[in-house]
Amino acid sequence: MAKDYSVFDIVGPNMIGPSSSHTAGAARLGKAASKIAGQPVKEVKFLLHGSFAETYKGHGTDKALVGGILGFQPDDARIRNSFDIATESGIKFEFIKTDLGENEHPNSVKMEMTLADGSKSTVRGASIGGGNIKLTEIDGLGLDFNGSRPAVILEIKDIPGAVSFVTGLLAHNNKNIATMSTNSPVGSDYTFVTIETDEKLEADILDQLKKFEVVAKAVVLDKF
Amino acid sequence: MKFNFTSGAELLEKCKKYEMSMHEICLEREAELSGLSKEEVREKMRVSLNIMKSSTERATKEDIKSVGGLIGGEAKKLTTFRNNGKSVCGTLMNKALVAAMGTMEVNASMGLIVAAPTAGSCGILPAAVVTIGKEYGLNDEDMIDALFAASAIGAIITRNATVAGAEGGCQAETGAAAAMAAAGVVEMMGGTVEQALHAASHCLQNVMGLVCDPIAGLVEAPCQGRNAIGVANALISAELCLAGILNIIPFDETVDAMYKVGKSLPMELRETALGGIAATCTGCSLTTKIFG
Repeated sequence: MAKDYSVFDIVGPNMIGPSSSHTAGAARLGKAASKIAGQPVKEVKFLLHGSFAETYKGHGTDKALVGGILGFQPDDARIRNSFDIATESGIKFEFIKTDLGENEHPNSVKMEMTLADGSKSTVRGASIGGGNIKLTEIDGLGLDFNGSRPAVILEIKDIPGAVSFVTGLLAHNNKNIATMSTNSPVGSDYTFVTIETDEKLEADILDQLKKFEVVAKAVVLDKF
Repeated sequence: MKFNFTSGAELLEKCKKYEMSMHEICLEREAELSGLSKEEVREKMRVSLNIMKSSTERATKEDIKSVGGLIGGEAKKLTTFRNNGKSVCGTLMNKALVAAMGTMEVNASMGLIVAAPTAGSCGILPAAVVTIGKEYGLNDEDMIDALFAASAIGAIITRNATVAGAEGGCQAETGAAAAMAAAGVVEMMGGTVEQALHAASHCLQNVMGLVCDPIAGLVEAPCQGRNAIGVANALISAELCLAGILNIIPFDETVDAMYKVGKSLPMELRETALGGIAATCTGCSLTTKIFG
């Protein structure tokens, strides 16, 4: 459906060049991954696919991805020096050209992160043009999240009624659910839930969600 | 939404109905769309204007080297040439070219720019608005108005066609940027909404069919030169319309034609670096040199 674009989608984003898809989009992907990780990243492997694999150096896609992992926005001038900043912070990073499959978007990256507590987290996504991105996988679970709305992404115990704790809490906070999808892998004790809301989600909602025993992992994402 | 518009015709109709200019309608629409106050929306645009101003000037003060090494130093060369007093295009056009090419130098060196509508066409709108604004002693508020008028044109092209080189070729990127810039300049110089829409039509028609063929896939060459011709396109089109020379084909039909032409371009000529200038013998050897 044709979209009514904001003037800041047209005159914008404000960004470090040279490419909205290969630089600004890459920074957003890295930032989304670090936010999902929820704790400092110690090590990250970037598996680059398609056009990302072919032209990442010339577009600064590599620096933008590392900048994103450091939490930088697409308009943060520190992106240029992100390698040095990451190294000074003791973060290891590596770029590997790969083939994620023929159906994968040409500007895709899979980020394999080792976190401060030694645990691992994987985020896969694509830069789909004009600096816009979508996430296609978190920790082995497929999803299709384009950041057009604020969202909460959860891993919750696969028991009857678990989802109602979450939806109830959102209702209590006056947050209207726009879309909701659940994905429960065969043999797993956990369900993966993506909920998009109409309203912005404040940080304290994350704290409230984490208090529920059924919630194993929760991430609150703002619009991209 | 009271102030929403989905075409040039609808934009013109709302401007007449509410007795507003293009930039006023666009500001009202953004406030409606975002839920922010008009003042807050203007403040956000002020941030964009300040980044634009800085990106048009940086390359004249610093030595900038692009990531791929294909461009750098053009803004300084043009300035030196102008100062020698033998400008072929005249002082004002030379200044606009400096701003457009310089902004592309900043972009290609991983500097801060505003994509308008894309990073590959980011030199055109700031070069047109800031150069003309300075020349006529206009203030920041006038230039912010021009950016809102430009956004209205960009929103319509993005909605009804495309601004992605991968989808519509360079005509969709630097053509759209010129259309936006021309409309902004027309309103900033006191022209009517009709004149602004016609100026946008001129721009798109002037580069209809222009292909996207970046050497080595980088946003450097021939992108930078097309930003120079893009700002010239914008200023020429604004000049024509302000002089009363309107376009024969309405803006919406022109946008539709541009989209159809873009879709009929072969894949090699839409940002894949497989055709056009990118596929020349020299283009290919540069690719090997840069990426090994």
